[in-house]
Amino acid sequence: MSLLRIEDLRVTFQTGDGPVNAVNGVSLDINAGETLAIVGESGSGKSQTAFAVMGLLARNGAATGKALWEGEDLLSMPQKELNKIRSREISMIFQDPMTSLNPYMRISDQMTEVLMLHKGLTKSAAVKEAIGLLDAVKIPDAANRIGMYPHEFSGGMRQRIMIAMSLLCSPRLLIADEPTTALDVTVQAQIMELLGEVRKEFGTAVILITHDLGIVAGFCDRTLVMYGGQIMEEGTTENVFAKASHPYTLGLMKAVPRLDRAQDKLDTIAGEPPDMSRLPKGCPFSPRCDRKLDNCMAEKPALVNFADGRRRACHIDWKEFA
Amino acid sequence: MTDPILKVEDLQVTFDVRPRGAWPWTPSLKLHAVGGISFDLNPGECLGVVGESGSGKSTLARAIIGTVPTSGGKIIWQGTDLAGMDERNRRTHRRDVQMIFQDPLAALNPRMTVGQIIAEPLVTHKPDTPKDDVRRMVAEMMERVGLLPNLINRYPHEFSGGQCQRIGIARALILRPKLVICDEPVSALDVSVQAQVVNLLKDLQKDMGLSMIFIAHDLSVVKHISDRIVVMYLGRAMETATSQTLTTRPEHPYSQALIASVPIPDPVLEKARMRPVIQGELPSPLKPPSGCVFRPRCPKVQASCALERPQMLDLGKGHQVACPYHEAHDVLHATA
Repeated sequence: MSLLRIEDLRVTFQTGDGPVNAVNGVSLDINAGETLAIVGESGSGKSQTAFAVMGLLARNGAATGKALWEGEDLLSMPQKELNKIRSREISMIFQDPMTSLNPYMRISDQMTEVLMLHKGLTKSAAVKEAIGLLDAVKIPDAANRIGMYPHEFSGGMRQRIMIAMSLLCSPRLLIADEPTTALDVTVQAQIMELLGEVRKEFGTAVILITHDLGIVAGFCDRTLVMYGGQIMEEGTTENVFAKASHPYTLGLMKAVPRLDRAQDKLDTIAGEPPDMSRLPKGCPFSPRCDRKLDNCMAEKPALVNFADGRRRACHIDWKEFA
Repeated sequence: MTDPILKVEDLQVTFDVRPRGAWPWTPSLKLHAVGGISFDLNPGECLGVVGESGSGKSTLARAIIGTVPTSGGKIIWQGTDLAGMDERNRRTHRRDVQMIFQDPLAALNPRMTVGQIIAEPLVTHKPDTPKDDVRRMVAEMMERVGLLPNLINRYPHEFSGGQCQRIGIARALILRPKLVICDEPVSALDVSVQAQVVNLLKDLQKDMGLSMIFIAHDLSVVKHISDRIVVMYLGRAMETATSQTLTTRPEHPYSQALIASVPIPDPVLEKARMRPVIQGELPSPLKPPSGCVFRPRCPKVQASCALERPQMLDLGKGHQVACPYHEAHDVLHATA
């Protein structure tokens, strides 16, 4: 059985300009120990999918559908039950490590709070365990630095602390939402390496939410491409990158400048990402798609299995992409 | 051989920093944002400047357009030193050197229409231009950058990030400048839109014969658009080479580390790549390490690196490297 199964998840925000449909029917599975990438541009609904699962939607947002954690629905669960699963079973790290750490609390207090609450440890035992984890994420001189405040650490160090905090209760699933976007590229490489080690050591399943195709290529077993709040295609990372079966994925791959290739001109996707409060009736990508068929604008393509472990939502026959 | 349009010689920019809670008589700390950079820029050439945050690349840009005071060295614009320029030459310099900024929306005045924004440099520098001509030139420029001219009376907030960046480009080019400095022009944009803007900049540069300085932290983008690249670290140039040479045969340990860190969107290649990750982070520019600034993170560090600042060595064909222990290494294709 899969660890987390999301079924037809929809997220809607009530705003002054009317409802905004951020996520429109996302279904996915993640198995124990697996790494899944959710790739998409800003506004594709990739982060809101994770926020909905964690019960972290903004106050004007509402989620429908199901998010089954070992068969139990997280969306309809009482707060108290949900709190047990969040942090103990699922934990999350965010894009900006400064805003997700409490600036008024010492690292030691932030970390031990979790251990004392969820594991019932004494303060001294909790501190000892926290130091052990800071060592594991390679914070030098952890025993002394645990007493410092977040602003005394650099961006990369803060992200290491976030990772250590997320591992406090040895979760089985870690959701990383753009974990390296705010970091420099050499530090990004360090953090991705660390996440890889953590994954191996703790056997944690990871959902990596990102717009960066490069880090997906090196890290994830499976890749899911989102656009306009919907899944465009899914498959093993190797398949999605080498044999993309959707015009959007294909366009995205070609639009990225690559260090290892000489490109005269980048291929572009015409137009701009969609306005989520006024999504087209059919396929959300259809206004920008250069291969659209007659029914693409009117009819939403269903997400269907077309090969082993691969799904796509496109009216064009997949054999045309082979 | 043509004369370079811009010569930067041992440029230094220093900021005074008052430590918090310092006594009034405590001397300010000196932050060396740019600590001695030299390069030439030829007409029609695109020079990429790449470096991580805090490497001084934006300060370098600001020094060249003259908005931050320099504390040493020379910026020679078309044969005249910027520091000793008279008012008239200075005005020409301001007209001929334009800039494109990172945050496309923040760079546009929200109370001005697109037409006013794009026309502003024209109205400022050539106030005698008849109104009809201004309007015609703005419309032409809008079309050139891929904006519909009938949007001329709209306000910036009505546009998406990519369109705002096009407005910024139109404003920078309306005076037909000789040099355009782009400071992280695409890093705020989504991949699909980023490619559009990169292509536009490349086309415009070719068509208008512009010289360009393209500053970004994303080496893949810089390499795509630039003829030559300067790699900066903590205010200093580590290596200068053509884009091709720099990406395939980097000589400086920092360039190699940077290239090794850039992930490549190809799972087969990426999972097989040997990646020597450099440890540590950028040191504080207030207390830069002695000798070579990259020394504390360098995998090839020697005792002598701490003693003196490494000289820029010329390897020929425009390839320069600031490391005595340099060695070419194709990190991009190195596999485990």
